[in-house]
This record gives sequence, structure tokens and C-alpha cells, in this order.
Amino acid sequence: MQMKKLTTLACAAAFATLSGAASAQISGNTVKIAVLTDMSGTYSDVAGPGAVLATQMAIDDFIAEAKPAFKVEMVSADHQNKADIASNRARQWFERDGVDTVTELVTTSTALAVMKIAKEMDRIALMSGPASTPITNEQCNDRTVHYTYDTYSLANGTAKAVTQQGGKNWFFLTADYAFGQSLEKDSSAVVVANGGKVLGSVRHPFPASDFSSFLLQAQASGAQIIGLANAGADTTNAIKQAAEFGITPKQQLAGLLMFISDVHSLGLQNAQTMYLTTGFYWDFDDDTRAWSKRFFDKHKKMPTMVQAGQYSSVLHYLRAVNAVGSDDAGKVMEQMKKTPINDFFAKNGRIREDGRMVHDMYLAQVKTPDESKGPWDYYHIRATIPAEEAFLPLSESVCPLVKK
Amino acid sequence: MEIFGVPSALLGSQLLVGLINGSFYAILSLGLAIIFGLLNIINFAHGAQYMMGAFVAWIALTKFGVNYWVALLLSPIIIGALGVVIERTMLRKLYKLDHLYGLLLTFGLALIFEGLFRDQYGISGQSYPVPELLQGGINLGFMFLPIYRGWVVVAALTVCFGTWFVIEKTKLGAYLRAGTENPQIVQALGINVPLLITFTYGFGVALAAFAGVLAAPVYQVNPLMGANLIIVVFAVVVIGGMGSIMGSILTGLGLGLIEGLTRVFYPEASAVVVFVIMVIVLLVRPAGLFGKA
Repeated sequence: MQMKKLTTLACAAAFATLSGAASAQISGNTVKIAVLTDMSGTYSDVAGPGAVLATQMAIDDFIAEAKPAFKVEMVSADHQNKADIASNRARQWFERDGVDTVTELVTTSTALAVMKIAKEMDRIALMSGPASTPITNEQCNDRTVHYTYDTYSLANGTAKAVTQQGGKNWFFLTADYAFGQSLEKDSSAVVVANGGKVLGSVRHPFPASDFSSFLLQAQASGAQIIGLANAGADTTNAIKQAAEFGITPKQQLAGLLMFISDVHSLGLQNAQTMYLTTGFYWDFDDDTRAWSKRFFDKHKKMPTMVQAGQYSSVLHYLRAVNAVGSDDAGKVMEQMKKTPINDFFAKNGRIREDGRMVHDMYLAQVKTPDESKGPWDYYHIRATIPAEEAFLPLSESVCPLVKK
Repeated sequence: MEIFGVPSALLGSQLLVGLINGSFYAILSLGLAIIFGLLNIINFAHGAQYMMGAFVAWIALTKFGVNYWVALLLSPIIIGALGVVIERTMLRKLYKLDHLYGLLLTFGLALIFEGLFRDQYGISGQSYPVPELLQGGINLGFMFLPIYRGWVVVAALTVCFGTWFVIEKTKLGAYLRAGTENPQIVQALGINVPLLITFTYGFGVALAAFAGVLAAPVYQVNPLMGANLIIVVFAVVVIGGMGSIMGSILTGLGLGLIEGLTRVFYPEASAVVVFVIMVIVLLVRPAGLFGKA
């Protein structure tokens, strides 16, 4: 009898504690946002310290706008583009430090590793930097949002536009790892679908610095278009050396993933007239200019699409937390998917059931030195690719979350 | 005409490109070989010093309007002087210790230099234009050779063989070689051996900076340009035989050619071919192709 009484008491106590926790809603009354990114390696200009700054700006703006009853904290770390470092850090943040969401995650391999841990721990992964489509396709899960761009949208912008304008014969220069291969595959499909032909490709080691051998092979193929399925320093070196060897302008280059930081580093002399696909350009309208100016004042560089997307995704997350009054991953995710995204980054953006944030992408052409008014005045926006066309259609998705 | 299914024109152009890359390997591995041969220091900061050579040229051009030709002289002097300071203040204390200490010190310095430049200039790199005199190219029939690349080969080979001549064939070179064989006796003969060693290190570092300036118009000038190259260059030195001057020059050029051919026949392997050769050479001739066992 005594025993039974004790059990009942204990149960009551446990229930009281539980409901107490439920009424507090936000654990520790603090929302913790972690930025896990490349702080010093190849992608640190694309994401890196600029992404940390964008996150802080989003937090500051959210606090000013919503005056929430809870606190918002940010932590950040360098994953060095290594999946094992990324997963260890994410696990530690989730288990020990009570982090609610891990964000940014440039470099696909780190993203794939962390999104699994987030799912397992029932937290959210918000990805702005990585590019590969499997994040919301083969490997999708319901705790992940892929925000800014992916290889499908890049191929669908640049490769489609160039092929439709008469660039029918392609040769690919591909970085020999998951991302490069995924980009080559997606782009080849688009080229063929638009009546073009792929004459061949060469896989170069990642990273490489001398591209002359590979470029000469591309030259010998006689293709009109040399597609660069690589990123960062590989792309900029290839472009520079193509001009040196007289390959351009006889043959055209198509940079399949280029950021404004790459164009800035190459200079317009080297990059002029190239087409590229971007999710964001600072000089697009008054809203983008206003935000980018604030960013520039602090960072001394204009934002890349990854950094702008990072701001937008963190703000969207915080607004969702505020709306549901909880940091429970399931509730917040539901709210994020329910609410359209309207800010300087995206107009009528929305997060699909597979975790893909769909929004308009832009086809840009790099200005010539004469057309540019000064540093960072680099792009003509030639076309807007509507959200429905820019990303992999759900009808073709193999993600199990998509109901068919 | 085709050779193994590859048009001979393409093969010819790949060999030429290989020779160009080989020139970079030769000049960098030469600097390493001199430093190792005379100081017994494995200079892990060589890649960072190459990178700084390129950056000094870029800074000189963009901030002070100093042209390429002046930079080609000025940058090796500045970075060489920095090398002298490093030798005098730090390396000197390590000569009596195991090789490992010199390696760790120079590796640490390399990380610091690269970190400083990364902090200041970011990772994307800067563009250095090809000097006006060397712009354009010549059509060789089988390929279009940029004049600048031709210049790289000429400049690198001139400097390499000049250095070999000074060390192997002149009196100064004889002092140097004697100083490393038996410093006490050479010192007793009235030659300032520590000074000789200081300048040798400075010169080896200056060679790295010279290669950096040569590379600036070809590659993006970025803080990691040396880190990407240095591992290959170390393999070159090991294959040639640690400390062998002529060995490092010939091996550098030869491996450039082999790498060029790999890029045609099996491009995916082009990053590892040098290391495969290194393994084979170490198995067959542990002292390297030109080293004395």
C-alpha cells in the first residue's frame, strides 16, 4: 500500500514537472542558433565570416521587430569542409549545449552528415551553402530546409539559357568529387533536353591549380561551350587560363557555379559576358540594395547569395519560433512550411514538403569593364527563372516525404 | 597522326604544358634542395614563401604601381631578407637538434604566414595581369603558346642552371659545399661559415619568391597557392634525392612531363601520379634518383 502511494506521488510529481516544462515552451527560455561553416578554407569567401555576420544581423533585426520574451543566442564554428568535424561539432551542440538549429553548412558532405544527426536528435538543419540535390531528394528528411540554391537550379539557369541561345555542343571540365559530378549530370541532362549535345568531359582532381592540360583537351574537342562543373578557385583559375591560351572568345565558357566573390576576384576583364545563375544579386531592387548596404558597411564586401540566404533563413526560423511560441522542431518546421517567405531575398518563397525552399532564381550576365560603374557593379540580370521552373519538380522527386 | 588514340598535336601541346609546370617544380624543388643540402633543414615554409612572393608582387603593383619587371627583382629581395631574419633569429638555434624540429618550426611559420594573408585578403585570391610585353601568344601549328608561358620556361631554366653553375663550378660554391662538409676546418681557414649559411637560406627563400612572381600572372594569387603545390614539390625533391642540386632540377622537369601525359591518358590520376612514382623510386633507390646512398 505504502509502495503504491509512493508510485502515485512520483507519477504526479513527474507529470507536474512535465506540464511545467510544456508551459515554458522554449527550453531554457533561449533559442540557440549555431552557424557551422567554412571559416578559413576554399568556401570561406562564399559563406564563412560573412554568413556569421548575416546570422547576427538576422537575430538583431528579429529582436528589434518582435521584442520576444525569450533570448536568442548564436554560436559558430569552422567545419573545415570535413564531414567528421562537422558531425562531431553538431552532436556536441545538440547534446550538450542545447542548440536548436544548425545552419549554413556549405560543402555537401558536411550538410549530408549533419542533417542526419539533426533528424536523429529532433532538431532543425537550415542549409544555405551546400549545392547538391540529394539533400532534398534521395536523402531528404523532415527536419531539413535547403534554402538558397542547388545544382538542379544552376543547371536549369545557365545550361538552359546558353543552349537555347545556340550553344549546342558542350564539353565539361568537372571537379572530380560528388558536387562536380552532380553538377555535370544535372547540366548534361538540361543540355540534351534543349536539343544540345555533350561531346565529352574531363575530370580534374580537386583542387587543381593548373588547368592548361584540361583546357587544351576541351579545345581539341571543338565544342562551342566549355562547361565548368567546379567552384571557387578551380573555376577562377580555369577562366583565367582559358583566356591566356586563346580558347576564349573562340569557344565560350559557362561557369555553372559562380558567386559574386569569384567575379570580384577574377576581375571583369577576365569574367566579362559570362552567364551565371544566382539566387540573389545585391543591386536587384531597393530592398536588396538597402540590406546589402548594411551588410557591406560591416563586412566591406557585398553579400554572396549564400550569405543573403543565410539571413533570410534564420529570420524565417525565428519568426516561426515566435509564432508558435515553442522551439519544438516539429512545430517550428510545420510553421515554417506553412508561412510564405517575403523579404528582400525571396518574394513568395515557400518551403516544400521535401524541405526545398523554392523561390525565383536569376540568370545573370557579367558586365564588361566599360558597362560597370565600379566595384561590385557586375551583373545584368537577363532573365528571372520562376520558382516553379527553377527547382526539381515534385513529380520527379524520389523523396519519400512527397505524397504522390 | 595518332599515338595511342590521342592526336599527336594534342600530345605535343600536353608535353609543352608539362614542361611549363615542370619549370615551376624545378625552381621550387631547387630552393628546397639547396636549403636541405647545405643547412639540413626541411623548409616546410617554402610554399608560404612562394605565396608571399606572389603577394608582394601584387601589392607592389596595386598599391605602389611597381611593374612586373621590378617586382621580379624586388619581391625575391624582400622575401629573401625575411628568410635571413628567420634564419638568424630562429632556425640557427635548431641546427644541433633533430631534423624534425626544423620541420616543425617552418611548418608553424607557414601556417602563420598563410593565416595572416588569409585574414587580410580572404581566400578567393587576386588577379595579377600578364605584363604588356609578354601578352598574346604564338601559333605553333599544334598549339597556341601564350608568350608568357614561354617566358616562364626560359626564366626558370636560366635561374636553375645559373644556380647550379654557381654552386658546382665557382669558388663561392666550393666554400659553400666545404662549409657543410666540415664547418670547423673551413672556419679555421678564415671563412665566415655562419654568414654563408644565413645567405644560403636567404637565397633558397628568394628562389621561392621568384617562382611566386612568375606564377602570379598565371594563377590566381591566393593565400593557399603554396600549400597546394608544396606537397608535390616535396615529392619531387625526394624522388630526385634530398640535397641533389641537378637532381632536383631534372626531376622537376621530368615529373612535369609525366604529369602532363597523365592528364591526357587518365586525368583522374594526375594528382597522384607523382606520389606513385615516389613510392616506386623509394623502393628501388631509397636515396632517390640522383642521391648518394
